[in-house]
Amino acid sequence: MAESILIDVRNMQKTYKLGDMEVHALRDVSLTINKGEFVAIMGPSGSGKSTFMNIIGCLDYHPANGEYFLDGENVFKMNKDQLAELRNRKIGFIFQSFNILARTSAIENVELPMLYNSGVTAKERKERALAALKSVGLADRADHMPNQLSGGQQQRVAIARSLVNNPLVIMADEPTGNLDTRSSYEIMEIFQELNDKGITIVMVTHETDIAQFAKTNILFRDGMIVTNVPVAVRKFAKEEIPKLPVLDKNDILT
Amino acid sequence: MRILNLLKIAYRSLSKNKLRVLLTMLGIIIGVASVIAMLAIGQGSKQNIQTSMASLGINSVMIFPGSVNSGGVRGGAGTYSTLTQKDADAIAAKCEYVTDVTPVVSKSSQVIAGNQNWHTNVAGGLNQYFTIRNLTVAVGNTFSTTDEHTAAKVCVIGQTVSTNLFGAETNPVGKFIRINSIPFKVIGLLAVKGQNSFGQDQDDIIVAPFSTVMKRMLSTMYLNAILASATSEKDIQKAEAQISSIMRIQHKLTPADQDDFTVRSQADIANTFESISNVMTILLACIAGISLMVGGIGIMNIMLVSVTERTREIGIRMAVGAKSIDILFQFITESIFISVLGGLIGILLGIFIALLVGRFGGWPVVITPTSIILSFAFSSAVGIFFGWYPARKAANLNPIDALRYE
Ligand SMILES: Nc1ncnc2c1ncn2[C@@H]1O[C@H](COP(=O)(O)OP(=O)(O)O)[C@@H](O)[C@H]1O
Ligand SMILES: [Mg+2]
Repeated sequence: MAESILIDVRNMQKTYKLGDMEVHALRDVSLTINKGEFVAIMGPSGSGKSTFMNIIGCLDYHPANGEYFLDGENVFKMNKDQLAELRNRKIGFIFQSFNILARTSAIENVELPMLYNSGVTAKERKERALAALKSVGLADRADHMPNQLSGGQQQRVAIARSLVNNPLVIMADEPTGNLDTRSSYEIMEIFQELNDKGITIVMVTHETDIAQFAKTNILFRDGMIVTNVPVAVRKFAKEEIPKLPVLDKNDILT
Repeated sequence: MRILNLLKIAYRSLSKNKLRVLLTMLGIIIGVASVIAMLAIGQGSKQNIQTSMASLGINSVMIFPGSVNSGGVRGGAGTYSTLTQKDADAIAAKCEYVTDVTPVVSKSSQVIAGNQNWHTNVAGGLNQYFTIRNLTVAVGNTFSTTDEHTAAKVCVIGQTVSTNLFGAETNPVGKFIRINSIPFKVIGLLAVKGQNSFGQDQDDIIVAPFSTVMKRMLSTMYLNAILASATSEKDIQKAEAQISSIMRIQHKLTPADQDDFTVRSQADIANTFESISNVMTILLACIAGISLMVGGIGIMNIMLVSVTERTREIGIRMAVGAKSIDILFQFITESIFISVLGGLIGILLGIFIALLVGRFGGWPVVITPTSIILSFAFSSAVGIFFGWYPARKAANLNPIDALRYE
């Protein structure tokens, strides 16, 4: 086996109950994602993309049907503490709304996952947080509060946070949904760099141009996967960013 | 390592809400401070009663004329004329549980020395009067048996009398004073005792030999009281009982007759006052405890608001790997921190208030380590107890629901 499987989902079903009504958010989803992949999940609103991400990200403690293995571990057999540990060690999350702690400096936000990882010393914590910030180009903003940072910068803080515990996979649900094109492309640049270093990336997006930065595109419709294809003409952020029109000076500065 | 991280997390989030933390803490601070101050005041008055009772002679037993049980209009002690010297002699002779006995007469008198005069009470008693009442002479002597036999015109005076007649610095021993125009030689000055717990000046006193007061100043054969001291503290009740039966025989009372005298021990009085002050202390402590409780509810309220308000934060923490127990501990640590720090500040404030009351209110205060430990433990318990429910609520959140919370 040339490539090893990181995510292995078999016949996943998820139904939400709203009073008498049942919403079949996931009908029957089976999917494998190999290590080193860069997957973009697309699909119309309400097609179950977020539901799927939350389950494979181990963020939903309510049960779903089917089987799910992450890095060979049987996730649906794990208890809450084991899931927390799994999230801490193997998964990095990026959300559309950034989800970084308000009134908390960039560096403290990035340190957060390591506070729940007892193997890291205070000194190491600081060093690793700074290194992560540096890797997303925010070394000089370590002590800035979120309200002193632009959206793109806040998302980069979130990326730095997702990196500090050296995860196997980064799961991003519409990471560029709240960002302008340039900031979005910069995020894609970071993702492509991380992916080149071997980190698997699973990303939800509804923007076709963003999806083209991935290696594989998966299309959801009505809680099911309808297509799963390699990207024919892949875009590379390093090449695309210089082509963006410069509106005014401030655009470059953000 | 883990504990250290928890403290760091709690500290970071508390330091972002300083004003709120302070206001929440205020409830605990006031609660603890009032517990400390109330107990200090309660303990102080209790100890004050104990020491002043001891200075009156803790073993002493007093026999007054008249009965507290006699119905109708009652006069104060001394209104009745039923005690005689024979009674005192009989108690001295027959009661095996008393060591010293003295008859006591007293007369309110005008006292003159040179051009100064003073109005005070002159007590007549045997030499035992000093022993029973725990009075010691600072300068000079008490009177002798010869003085008693010859009804000598000698007296022992208290510091207040001495100061008013001779000035504060003068040694009165050897000088003469006129009590109701009769010249007396001062042979002793009593050691200073200060006020008793009823606020009476115990140094405003003149003591003269019993026979002198009886024969030269009064025209009566009745006593104001008989004082005795029990052989030991545990014999006080036996002494009281025996004195009662001796007195009944002396006064030829039939079983149908009521006592025409009253036997009281210093211990009885002390006990009454102690139980009053105990009730007071408990009452004060209850009030203080309730305010501590209210402070605790304040913590719970704020923690609940905080959990709701920080639902997203909880979701973020869970997403990056916080376990339920981490979230539980974070919120418990925060509420314990509030209550413990509030408790510490409250203790300092309470001590400060107690000292202030002691200094300017004239109240005696005693700050016991027990009250400090008690209120500290109680306030920490309040933090755990009232912080538990909100913390539990936070810890049980489903990560994705917390993250999606608006
Ligand atoms: N917590 C929930 N409770 C009830 N229904 C939900 C919940 N989350 C999602 N749904 C429903 O499940 C379906 C899939 O939603 P979602 O996974 O968020 O779609 P997408 O991310 O693709 O837009 C939708 O119909 C949505 O209304
Ligand atoms: Mg979605």
